[in-house]
Formats: sequence, structure tokens, C-alpha cells
Amino acid sequence: MDRRSFLATGAAAAATLSFPAILRAQSRDPIRIGFPLPLTGTFAAIAADLQRGAQLAHEEINAKGGIMGRKLEVLFRDDQLKPAVGAQRTKELIENDKADFIVGGLAAHVQMAINEQTKAAKKLYISVSQSDEISAKPDTSPLTFHEALNPTITSRAMAQFGMQNIGKKWWIVYADYAWGKQNNAVFAERVQKLGGTILGSTPYPLGKPEFSAHLPKIQAAKPDAILAVTPGADNVPFLKQAISFGLKKEAKIAQPLHFLFYTKEGGAEVFQDIYGATHFCHELAETIPEAKKFVEAFQKKFNQPPDAYSTYGYSGIKEIARGVELAKSTDSDQVANALRKNREYNHYKGKQYWRACDNKAFQDLWILRVRSPQQVKGEWGLFDVVGKVAANEELERTCAEKGFA
Amino acid sequence: MFDITFAALAAQVFTGLVLGGILVLMAVGLSLIFGLMTVVNFSHGALYMLGAYVAFTFLGLTKSFWLTLILAPLVVGTLGLLIQRFLIRRLYGRSPDDPLLLTFGLSLVLVESVKVVWGKVGLTVDPPRDLAGAVNLGFMNFPVYRLFVVAVTAVVLIGLWLFLEKTNVGLIIRAGTRDPLMVRALGVDLGRIWLLVFGLGVGLAGLAGVLAGPMRGVYAEMGVEIIIECFVVVVVGGMGSLPGAIVAGLLIGEIVSLTTFFAPKLAEIVVFLVMAAVLLIRPSGLFGEAGLAE
Repeated sequence: MDRRSFLATGAAAAATLSFPAILRAQSRDPIRIGFPLPLTGTFAAIAADLQRGAQLAHEEINAKGGIMGRKLEVLFRDDQLKPAVGAQRTKELIENDKADFIVGGLAAHVQMAINEQTKAAKKLYISVSQSDEISAKPDTSPLTFHEALNPTITSRAMAQFGMQNIGKKWWIVYADYAWGKQNNAVFAERVQKLGGTILGSTPYPLGKPEFSAHLPKIQAAKPDAILAVTPGADNVPFLKQAISFGLKKEAKIAQPLHFLFYTKEGGAEVFQDIYGATHFCHELAETIPEAKKFVEAFQKKFNQPPDAYSTYGYSGIKEIARGVELAKSTDSDQVANALRKNREYNHYKGKQYWRACDNKAFQDLWILRVRSPQQVKGEWGLFDVVGKVAANEELERTCAEKGFA
Repeated sequence: MFDITFAALAAQVFTGLVLGGILVLMAVGLSLIFGLMTVVNFSHGALYMLGAYVAFTFLGLTKSFWLTLILAPLVVGTLGLLIQRFLIRRLYGRSPDDPLLLTFGLSLVLVESVKVVWGKVGLTVDPPRDLAGAVNLGFMNFPVYRLFVVAVTAVVLIGLWLFLEKTNVGLIIRAGTRDPLMVRALGVDLGRIWLLVFGLGVGLAGLAGVLAGPMRGVYAEMGVEIIIECFVVVVVGGMGSLPGAIVAGLLIGEIVSLTTFFAPKLAEIVVFLVMAAVLLIRPSGLFGEAGLAE
């Protein structure tokens, strides 16, 4: 090597080394997360919240220089709450848009369709909505992670709290589809196990909120309490009809989940004293430092508080980032192994963990009761946190029950 | 296995009456339009939904339920006039499928537009204070507002009957339903009558939406749910028959209510079983005349 070429090589090497890390990152491909969700359809409002959480995580990660120095891209696609569309969008995300991972899905049946695609393409999928099947055999896979609560956990927790604090004789009203039926079955089983009585249970078709034909029969049975599995747009009409028939005065009402946006729309007058579970509400910011940090960042970016599902989107994106950093790779198998090996995480409300056998997230949940119109704090302070159920594997089926030997 | 008391059955019959009342208001409009124009108005459910949304806005502006009850159906009815004048009129003389496709497309447009204007989350409307409570009927506590819905339905039906039987315009409508060609030959401008009837039918759908809002909530998909039941009512009653729409509407309401009591899981299916049975025995419906739909 002569002097001239030595100098040239040396100069080039020096230049490369002195480039800021961020510039080198930009010269490489971004890491892409595909995010199908039902931006249109019955759950559009919840989907918008889920999306806001994911956007916040995306922004925070890139502000810190991305993942392993690579920029993060999150690609949102509308699955229209239809399994076939969800499957198609997922396939396109993986094949055309070169998504490295998938997070998202909001209804049980659409999640299953997304999961079939990620399984076939061998991509890691973090599911962020309620489903019992997604983390059980035969549907799950070593690359399928489930961040959300599920009907088993929610209804067992609600039954336990309800038997201690609400009443012993129950009636269940439930929307006649997968999520409603699972809640009905699990809740009834738990109440009876704890020595309570199920006086009756009434199915009604999802999305058809006319309950008047059901109500006289329920009133005649004189239950202490009613579990209302009336999701989405059915929630408010059920309560209003229960009030107009005088049922709300005669019995206490609980529902598996509370949503801030629906509660606000219905108003405290309708929702007063209704119990419900949640994995998150913005009131937790008063007691949990991580929640405070999350709620403040969210409020700053979107000028409104988060509802519960935004945290699933937020945590899902952050978990991918954590997994890639741990594995130092974007290979789905390696990231999945890294997450199982380092199973504890904490993104917005304190510690959570993945169970190794089924990649199921275990997390604290809370029981809320809606305040009276006089007690509501500001525009959004609708909930009183009246109970906490700590992360607890006894609320979920065992690994064996879910088909893992 | 069931502890069936008179009180329980009476309660069930009463709730069925309200379910039927809303269906009757919808089906009468649908049937009127079909009987005169042989147009199957698929956007009827979307216009019902629009009635509920318009009522929500008027209620906010006027703070008066009674004013809203009159104004909102008028607005929806006026929209009906425009739809007839500028869209459906262009399809005269073409296959009956064309207006059906047009109104189906229109219902999709309306549902999406409503989401753009009023948002994707459902809205709530409260009944007026005077009608908010419940009244003791002896066998049950029944919401006053639901009794009010039955009363409004009855008043509207009596008014409609007087209009059709006792006025000259009503006479032309009835004649136009029987034999449009002959009515035209007598020098009557049926185009204006069609315009009026379409507006009237759509206005009734709007009224049904206004009445349903405080009971069921206001949401973009509410019309999709009810339109199927309305078609069942019209088919069971007989396409184009007003008495048919009334009898079948109340019948379906009662059947749903009573089935819900005995076997809630069957409440959805039994409506279609009734329709199938009626079609097997009387293919033109309970009050229908054969050949009208061809």
C-alpha cells in the first residue's frame, strides 16, 4: 500500500466513523410494523383510541433514535371489522409493504383471521383485543402473543368482585356472539362456584338494542344484580331501557368492561353506579407513576385523555421495540424467544409479564364504578376505582387446559 | 318449567305492541310507496336513522321535543321529495331493479355521511321530562314514553286513513294504486302524486326514527337492523297493502315479544319462519292482491 492510497483509505474510514449514528441509521431500511384495525364499523371509536396509543409509542421510539438505530414505521390498515378483509390487509402488509411484525386486530373473529396469516408467513403477531382462543391451542402459535385481557380473566375477576361486593343472585343479559357467550359461560360458572345463584340468562342479537321484551321477565325474577354484556352501541340503550322500566332501581348492574368514551356519551346520569372492569383508566395516573407519564404524554399529543384500548396499542408497539433490542435482530423467532426469556415488561401502568407456555400477558386489572353526575370531575373524570385485581394466573385457564402439555 | 302468570303475559303483550308500533310506521310508508310506484325503497331504514340524527340536532337547537317531533320528520320528508324528484324520477319506465339498486346505494351513502357529520360513536337522546317516568299498569311498571309511542302511531294511522279515504288526493292515490294507466287517461298528473307519496312515506320513516331515538339510542347502523324486519312485515302483510302493513306490523311485534319470553334464542329466526309460512299458504301475503309485484 503506497502513501497515497493509505491516506485515502484512512480518510474514508475516519469519515465513516465520525458520521453521527443517526445518519447511518437513516441510510438503512426502517423496521416496519403492520397494524390492521377496524377504523370503520361498530368498534370504530375504540379502534381510533387504539390507533392513538400506537401512534404515541411510534413517535416516542423514533424521537429516541428508533430501534437499534433504525427508524420505526407503523402502517395502519382498515380491516373493516371483517375477517376476510383483515386477512387480506395482513397478507398485503407482509408481502407488499414488507412488514416485519404485526400488531393489532380488534374483534375476536378478525384477530383469528389475522393470526392465520401471520402464522403462515412466520411473522410475530401481538394481538391487542379480547379473545379466549387466540392464546389457546389449536389457534395460537409460538409467534402469537396476546397483550389484552380475555373473557375468562375479565369475567372471573368480575364474578369474584361481584359476589363480594354487589350481590349473590344474578341475571345475565348477553349479546349472542363469541365474546358475549364466553362471558356468560365464565361468569355463570364462577358465580355458582362461589356459592351464588344465576336466576337466568338472556341472549339478544348483537347490534339490536331493543330489550323491552326481556325486561319484564328479569324484573319478575327479582335478581340482586344484573351482568350486562351489551358491548358497543348496545350499552347505552340497555341502560336507558333498564332505567325506564324501573329495573335500575330494583337491581345493581355490572358489565364486564367499562369504556370511557361510551360512558361519557351516555352520561353519568345513565351510567351512575354501574360497575365494570378495565385494564386501564386515566384515573390510575393519580396513583401509578408510569400511568401518570403515559396519560400526560397522551393528553399533550391528542388533547384528550386516553380510553383503555390506547394502552394496548401503545404497549404492543413498545413490546416489539423491546424484543428487537433484546434479540438484536428483526427475525420473528428470535424476537419471540427474547420476549419469553425476558418476560417482564412495564410500559404504562407497572409490571406485566408473558407466560411462557401460551405467550399470554398477565397484568393487573381494576374494577370501576361510575360516579354520580354531581361527583364527576371535569369533563372526563367519570370513574371511581373501587377495586384492584392483581395479575393472577388463577383467573386464567391453566396451560394444560389451554392444550399445552 | 315456566311460571307463567297473567301479569307476565300481559306485560309481554304490551311490550310487543310498542315494538309493533314502530314497525307499522315504517312498513306503512314502505308499502304506500311500493303500492303506488312499485319502487322498493331500500333506503327506508337509512332515512329512519337520519330522522333520529336530525332529531338529535333539532333537540339541541330548539330544546323542545314537541317541535322536534314535527320538524324532524318534515326535514326527512323534504329530503324524500328531493330523492324522488331528482333521482328516482329518472328511472321511470326502467326495470324495478334499478330504483332498488339506486336506493340501496343511497342507504350506503347516507350511513357513511351520517358518520362524517355526527361522528362514529352513537348518540343519546332523552325523552321529554313529562314522558320520562314509568306508570303502574296494575300488572307492571311501564315507561310512559312507550305508551306515548303507541298513541302517536295510532293518531298517525287514523290521520292517514282519513287522508286516503276522505280527501280527493287520497282518492287519486287509491285509484293510482289500482290502475295508474286509467288515472292518467282521465287527465290526472300522477307525477305530482308520486312525489307527494314518496315524501309522505319517507317522512313516516323519519318520524319512526325520531320516536325510536329515546328508546334505542341513535347510531349509524340502526336503519340496517330495522329494514329487514320491515320488509318481512310488508311481505307478510301483502306488498302495497296498508291494512296488511298494520296487521302484520303488530303481529310481528307480538311474535317477537312472546318468543323472547319463552325462547329468546329463537326470537330472531321466528320472524322469518312466519314469513316463510305465510308465503307458502298465501304467496301474495295476508292482505295482498296477486300480481301487483310482477
